[in-house]
Amino acid sequence: MNDTLLVVVLADAVLYGTPLLFASLGELLAERSGVLNLGVEGMMLFGAVVGFWTTQRVEGASALVLVLAILASGLAGAAMAAIHAFLTITLRANQIVSGLALTIFAGGLGLSAYVGTELGFSPDTPAKQQFGSLDVSALADLPVLGPIVFDQSALVYASWIATLLVGLYLGRTRFGLNVRAVGEAPASADAMGINVTLYRYVHVLIGGGFAGVAGACYSLSISPGWIAGDTLIGGAGWIAIALVIFAFWRAELCLVGAYLFGALSALPFALQARDVEVAPELLYAIPYVMTIIVLVIASTGLSKRRLGAPAALGIPYVREER
Amino acid sequence: MKLERRLEQPWWLSVAVPLGSLVVAFGMMAVILAATGHDPVETYREILDAAFTGNGAFSATFISATPILFTGLAAAAAFRMQLFNIGAEGQLYLGAVGASWIALLLGDRGATSTPLYVVAMCVAAGLAGALWALIPGVLKAFARTNEIITSLMLNYVAGLLLTYLIFDSSSYWRDTSTLQARAFPQGKPMPEASNWPTFGSEVVVPLGFVIGLATALALWVLYTRMRFGFEVAVIADSPRAARYAGMRTRRKILSVMAVSGAIAGLGGASQIGDFTYTLDGSTTGLQAAAFGYTGIVVAALARYNPLAVCLVAVLIGGLQNAGYTLQGPDFPSGLVGVMQGIILFCALGGELLLRYRLRIRRRSSAHGGSGPAVEPAR
Repeated sequence: MNDTLLVVVLADAVLYGTPLLFASLGELLAERSGVLNLGVEGMMLFGAVVGFWTTQRVEGASALVLVLAILASGLAGAAMAAIHAFLTITLRANQIVSGLALTIFAGGLGLSAYVGTELGFSPDTPAKQQFGSLDVSALADLPVLGPIVFDQSALVYASWIATLLVGLYLGRTRFGLNVRAVGEAPASADAMGINVTLYRYVHVLIGGGFAGVAGACYSLSISPGWIAGDTLIGGAGWIAIALVIFAFWRAELCLVGAYLFGALSALPFALQARDVEVAPELLYAIPYVMTIIVLVIASTGLSKRRLGAPAALGIPYVREER
Repeated sequence: MKLERRLEQPWWLSVAVPLGSLVVAFGMMAVILAATGHDPVETYREILDAAFTGNGAFSATFISATPILFTGLAAAAAFRMQLFNIGAEGQLYLGAVGASWIALLLGDRGATSTPLYVVAMCVAAGLAGALWALIPGVLKAFARTNEIITSLMLNYVAGLLLTYLIFDSSSYWRDTSTLQARAFPQGKPMPEASNWPTFGSEVVVPLGFVIGLATALALWVLYTRMRFGFEVAVIADSPRAARYAGMRTRRKILSVMAVSGAIAGLGGASQIGDFTYTLDGSTTGLQAAAFGYTGIVVAALARYNPLAVCLVAVLIGGLQNAGYTLQGPDFPSGLVGVMQGIILFCALGGELLLRYRLRIRRRSSAHGGSGPAVEPAR
C-alpha cells in the first residue's frame, strides 16, 4: 500500500517541499519587513555548498556534524543577504536589480561555483554525511501516514517547527507586530519609535539564513553531494519567491504551497520510475508552468480583495523623504 | 555625513560614477583573489591579455560580446519602463529555434542567397522571441501577474524545450540522417549559405555584432527621440500620472515586452548564424552560457542606455572570453560570475552618488551651528 503512486508522491512532496518551505519562510520574513530579496536562488546555492563543505571537512559524530553544517549554511545565507541588505537599506538601491545581482554573484556560475572549485570538489563529489530518516519508534511502517509523516529527516520536522514559530512570531509577538508595521507603514513605525533600519536588516539576514538552510536541504538530504552549476537547485529559489505571493504572505499557507510544489517536483521522478511514456522534459516543465498558472490565479481571481502584500514592499525608507 | 537629494545631475557624473564603480569592483575583486591565494596583479594581467591585448583576443571578445549585446539591449529596453523582463535567456533560445527553423526550411527549398537567409532568420527569431516574451507581457498587462517570476520560469521551460527538440523527439531540428546522429542526438547542420558573413581580417567582427549595434542605435532613437520613449519614461516614473495623461499603459507593456523579446530573439539568430550553425540542445551548450542573466549585468552597468550597452557589452564580453580562455586551476570557473556580481553591486551602490550628494559636516562645533538641530527621539 505504501508503494502506490499517491503515497510515494506525497512522501516525496514533503521531501522536496522542505527546502521550498524554508526558503519561502525566509523570504516571507524579509518581505514582511518591506524588503524584496530576489537573491534566494543564489543564497540557497551558497548555503548548499557551505553546508556540504562542512560535512566534508569536519570529523565527528554524524548528528553533530550535520547540526554544524546546517548552522554554517544558515550563516552563509545570512552573509549573502547582508550584501543585499546593505545595498538596499543603507544605499537605497533598487531592490529588484540588487536581488538579481545577488543571484548572479552567489549563484551557479558565481561564488558557489568558485568556492566549490577552490575547495577542490570535483563536479560530482558524493557526500560523506547526509540526513537520514529519523524513523520515530518504527512508525514509518504505518500504512499511508508512515512514509509521509514518519519516514522523514530531521530537516522536515525542523521546518514544521520553523513554520509554527514564524507564524506565531508574526501574529502573536510584539516584535512580529513591529515587523509588520515596518513593512506596511515605515514612517508610522518610525514615529512610534521602531528602528526601521534595524528591523529590516535583521529580517533580511534571518531570511537569508533560512534560504541557506534551504540550500543545505539539497546538498545534504535530497541529492546529497555537490554539483557545480545551478542544476542542484534548479529554480527552487524562484519558486519559493512565487510561493510567498501565492501564500498571501502567511506562514501557514507557505507550508501548503511548499508541499503542493514539492509534489509537482516529485511527480516527474515518480512517473519516470514507473516507465510512463511521456518525454521527461514535459514532466520536468510541470513545476515551472504550474508556478506561472498559480501566480496568475493568485493575481487575478483574488486580487479584488486585499492580498496581504506589505504596502511598503520594495520601497526604500528614507526618513527625510517620507 | 549626510545625504542630500540632488536636484540636478552634472553630466559628467553619469560617466564618472559607472567608471568609479568599475574601479572599486576590481579593487574588491583583488582582495578576494588575494584572500584565496591568487596573485591579483598576475590574474588581471592575464585577463587583460586574454580579453583585449593578446593575439586574436579582440576577435574572441567580439564573439562573447555579441550575444550579451543583444540580451543587454533586451534588458535595457524593458527595465527602462520598470518592466523587469528577466526572460531574455529563454527568449534567446526561442530566437535560436525560430532562426534555425527558417534556415532549414529555406535550405530544403534550395535557397542560396545569404542576405535572404540573414533577413529571414532575423525576422523569424525576432517573432519567436517576441511571442515568448508576450506570455509574461500579456499576463502582466491583463492579470497584473508579477513579470519577474513568470519570465524567469519560462526560461526553464524554454531550456527544456531546446533539450526536447534535439534529444527526446524526432523534431524538424534534429539530425537523423546518419546512424551516428541517431545514436548521439544533435541538431541538423544549417545550409552553407545561411552562415553569416564576418567583417575584417585582423580583428574579426561577426555580422551579429553589427546588427546589434544597429539595433542599439534604433533603440536609442526610439527611447530618446520618439513619443514611444517619452511615454515609457512617464510610465516608469509614475504609472498614475501616465494614466491620467491618457497613456495606454497596457498597450505599452505589451509593446515593450515584444520589443525586448524580439531583441533577445535576434541574439538567438546570431548564435545560429554567426557561431554554432546548428541548434544546440545540450545543457552544456547554449543553455550553460547564461547570456540572459549576463545581459542584466550589462544593462544595469550601462544604466539602461542602449548606446552605453554596446560599450559595456564589449567590456563584459572581454571578461567572459577571458573566463573561457583561462579556465583552469589558476582561474576557477565561478570567478567570472563573482566578478560580474561585484561589478553590479558596485554599480548599484554608485547609483546613490548619482541621486544624492554626500555632505560631510563637522559635528564638533560647540554651538551646534551646523549639526542636526533636532534629532527625533528614539
